[in-house]
Amino acid sequence: MADKVKPLDALLNPLSRNNPVVVQILGICSVLAVTAKLEPAIVMGISVIAVLALANVIISLIRNTIPTNIRIIVQLVVVAGLVVIVDQVLKAYAYDASKQLSVFIGLIITNCILMGRLEAFAMANKPWPSFLDGIGNGAGYAIILIIVGFFRELLGSGTLLGYQVVPQWCYDHGYVNNGLMILPPMALIVVGCIIWVQRSYNKDLQEP
Amino acid sequence: MENLNIFIRSIFVDNMIFAYFLGMCSFIAVSKNVKTAFGLGIAVTFMLVVTLPVNYLLETYVLRAGALTWLGEEYADVDLSFLSLIMFIAVIASMTQLVEMAVEKYSPTLYSQLGIFLPLIAVNCAILGGSLFMQQRDFPSVWTAVCAGGGWGLGWLLAITAIAAIRERLQTYSNIPAPLRGVGITFILTALMGIAFMSFLGIKI
Repeated sequence: MADKVKPLDALLNPLSRNNPVVVQILGICSVLAVTAKLEPAIVMGISVIAVLALANVIISLIRNTIPTNIRIIVQLVVVAGLVVIVDQVLKAYAYDASKQLSVFIGLIITNCILMGRLEAFAMANKPWPSFLDGIGNGAGYAIILIIVGFFRELLGSGTLLGYQVVPQWCYDHGYVNNGLMILPPMALIVVGCIIWVQRSYNKDLQEP
Repeated sequence: MENLNIFIRSIFVDNMIFAYFLGMCSFIAVSKNVKTAFGLGIAVTFMLVVTLPVNYLLETYVLRAGALTWLGEEYADVDLSFLSLIMFIAVIASMTQLVEMAVEKYSPTLYSQLGIFLPLIAVNCAILGGSLFMQQRDFPSVWTAVCAGGGWGLGWLLAITAIAAIRERLQTYSNIPAPLRGVGITFILTALMGIAFMSFLGIKI
């Protein structure tokens, strides 16, 4: 990653070709845990975009002064500081969402996407491309969250963002919500299917 | 008795992988063969057993609202809980460093076997997750924290070893559609194991 990266590529590549979740397999933990409903998935996505973009910029600004030996601790402290801010903001302005997300906001600190991007990109690039890279990867992560959250809420509860979507006459004619979709393991299967679809289009990503 | 109950529940019911999906990144990346998977599992278990009690003491005597009362009455309404994330991650990162140095000094063979995974444990979400769950659940004593840590660690070890064993067999015996190979099928396998582990729900000793 040390070679020059074009700013636009830094922004757009992570959306599909180099998606942090389904291609680089980073940050899976939270994808699975927060996506039972669409709303917490969106809140989580926005939080990660904010933290990732800011952390990338900060680390990129101080990248030449960090001693290599203790860089992991420095990175963790920067990220932890930002996550504490996000946590407090959510508690103040979106209390319900922060209640639903429980420990997972705190777990953004150990989200491997953050460490991965800081280590691989921000340590070797200028602040502006790092900012775009942060936004891009955060958005790639948020997209997967939203796709998974969309299907799980639609099929699992028949609602989207809390509004009834499946009309009443479907239920009258015997349609039943799929309770399995609410359970955590189904998130894994949905992500598995996304990987399947994505790799059928991008053949070069397939493993032997 | 209560502690034993928490220990067993942490292994099976509250399993870090199958119930909470914590520590998935290294779980997917390292589960290609049983030997390294087992080594990483041991390291994670050890870290959980060490960091959970330390963070518990920190939480009870420093961070919680009113925790500083033992310093004197005037500290009774100090609430440092907003610092807990930073403190926990600092404890975990420094513990990882300590463990790394200790292992390097006393058992070079194990050190070379674990290699890169040892420092990476600092960012394994299962470990920070353990501390955060501990904070959320108000454990009664430090022994409960030790038991829960041990249970979560063993549960993680169990999960990664089982998946690694299945993945080893899959490579030789099965014919998976090309786009699903590798990561995709691992996700679906983990989901199926998660559904199987749900049958442990409600176990009580």
